[in-house]
Amino acid sequence: MNILVCIKQVPGTTKVEIDPANGVLRRDGIASKMNPYDLYALETALTIREQHDGLVSVITMGPPQAEAIIREAYMMGADQGFLLTDRRFAGSDVLATSYTLSQGIRTIGSFDLIICGKQTTDGDTAQVGAAIAEWLDIPHVTWVRAIRTITERGMTVEKNMAESIETVSIQFPCLITVDKDIYMPRLPSYKKMIETNNRTITSLSLDDLPDQDENHYGLNGSPTQVERIFQPDDSREQVIWDDAMDDGADKLFTVLINEKYIRT
Amino acid sequence: MDGLIIGQQCTLCGKCLEVCPFDALELIDGRIQVNANCRLCRLCVKHCPEQAIRLQTSASVVDKSEWRGIMVFGEYGDGQLHPVTIELIGKARELAGKTKMAVSVVLVGHDLGQTADSLLDYGVNTVYVYDDPALATFRVDVYANVLTEIIGEMKPSVVLIGGTSLGRSLAPRVATRFRTGLTADCTQLDIKDNTDLIQIRPAFGGNIMAQIITTRTRPQFATVRYKVMDSAVKTVRTGKVISRSIPSDLLKSRLEVVRIEKKDALPSITEADVLVVAGQGVRSKDDLVLIRQLADRLGGQIASTRPMVEKGWLDYTRQIGLSGRTVKPKLIITCGVSGAIQFCACMNAADLIIAINRDPAAPIFRIAHYGIVGDLYNVIPKLIQRIEGSAQYAI
Repeated sequence: MNILVCIKQVPGTTKVEIDPANGVLRRDGIASKMNPYDLYALETALTIREQHDGLVSVITMGPPQAEAIIREAYMMGADQGFLLTDRRFAGSDVLATSYTLSQGIRTIGSFDLIICGKQTTDGDTAQVGAAIAEWLDIPHVTWVRAIRTITERGMTVEKNMAESIETVSIQFPCLITVDKDIYMPRLPSYKKMIETNNRTITSLSLDDLPDQDENHYGLNGSPTQVERIFQPDDSREQVIWDDAMDDGADKLFTVLINEKYIRT
Repeated sequence: MDGLIIGQQCTLCGKCLEVCPFDALELIDGRIQVNANCRLCRLCVKHCPEQAIRLQTSASVVDKSEWRGIMVFGEYGDGQLHPVTIELIGKARELAGKTKMAVSVVLVGHDLGQTADSLLDYGVNTVYVYDDPALATFRVDVYANVLTEIIGEMKPSVVLIGGTSLGRSLAPRVATRFRTGLTADCTQLDIKDNTDLIQIRPAFGGNIMAQIITTRTRPQFATVRYKVMDSAVKTVRTGKVISRSIPSDLLKSRLEVVRIEKKDALPSITEADVLVVAGQGVRSKDDLVLIRQLADRLGGQIASTRPMVEKGWLDYTRQIGLSGRTVKPKLIITCGVSGAIQFCACMNAADLIIAINRDPAAPIFRIAHYGIVGDLYNVIPKLIQRIEGSAQYAI
């Protein structure tokens, strides 16, 4: 099995603030880490490799410092890592990010299975995985919570829907995004760190990709634009009713309707 | 505008003419040409033995006046319409009103019964129905083919899809085919006079809000969070239902749904969207039934404070607090909970906190968004009665 895991470096906390002076995120002083949901994706790949042999590769797009999470993936057991890094990739939205990753994937080889985390903790879109699958013209299943069987031709997985569990079989090559808790991620090992200290990380820039049109990458290739960011207004005003004076049940009923917990 | 490009590798083998379901390709003057029937289904791209055909997109700005209308994806599953659809219709009508556009719904599934017709009650102008056994279960590749077909033909300015498990799997595939913008999990939407959709969504776990627009391309795709927009209200019926079908080739899938099981295992209190908490104001173990009933009616779970677990009334897995679990539900209703610091610290991140307690000085009222100073034995039975008396309660 040739497995690829897509990973991303994210800020170490979601408690980020906006600089009132220029309206952009304050990123300085915030440590980075691997997107926590990607650990489940990587663990899934490593577990499959243990049972079916093969190679586990990781790919990420980001600044040169994102190398750190490929090192971390090596310490968990990944075999090879690729870093898509180029100033021209900056400012990518869902479309441009998924396109760049798909171009990188085409460059480095062909894979039976691509695994992504269910979402990142910074962008929170949960939509890049499915878009990569579309660019590569392969089927995908999102929110996979368990892998039932794997054969040469494909796999059967359990998919976590809001109110049901769907068992779906899918043909290789394919992409899945995995839910939290599919497997417990292993810890990075010191032994592996020593072993992989000198292992190369392959950097890819736009010049290495099949599509060289700069209009398809970064800000140029991103149809969506962020007009502004702001801190949410959580100054909800408090309301207290006295059941002896007002009908408390009636007041609550209205609140629950307005908040859409009851439909009429 | 996007279009197909036939490259020089073309050997005029004619394979593309065979596979095109729309007669969009013709052999004219010794080369393959694309006519206006093209729906960008890409079957030709896939089948070309020479890989001579590709989809070309232009970076230039699209003519926005060519893309009109708000299209809503009607999510249907398990024999019923997902309620998010009615919420999307409500928002679509508001956006359409501001820009004098029409609202359409695309309903996809099998054995849809009267569902399409019932949508006309909500002021939808056109409901496009794709009813086919091949669409009975959600298979993302086939559903994407259907949406691509109707969007390619109707050219809506905006496509709204529920931010559900299904919607967030489907939307990226379709938006990618049109090489256009997709904004995930929107919680607020508005529209500019030039038909640019103003999309507001949370990021960083809700700590930051971003306002996003799609200025150069159409259609504008947005997935919209469930239970945020107001449901459409019924109005005068003026719309119509149109049955449609797509070529059987586009109904072939590389996915097979083997089985669908209803979830029976209850989510743990850390995963539940709605929690109703029993505190010491509950006088006996038997009275917990009141708390359970309220939780049931709201589609939630019962949780408790530490003393209730120590008395053995509830399992420790239901305990909120420093010695129990930390929770962040969308809604939490505390019943007879005073609000010790060890408890509040582990639930005060809930989106909406409602407290019922007899003591107006109880610390829980310091963090509650809504509070009722009163006896839970008076308030809760009446509340349950009101909920049961209403037409339908939330899932």
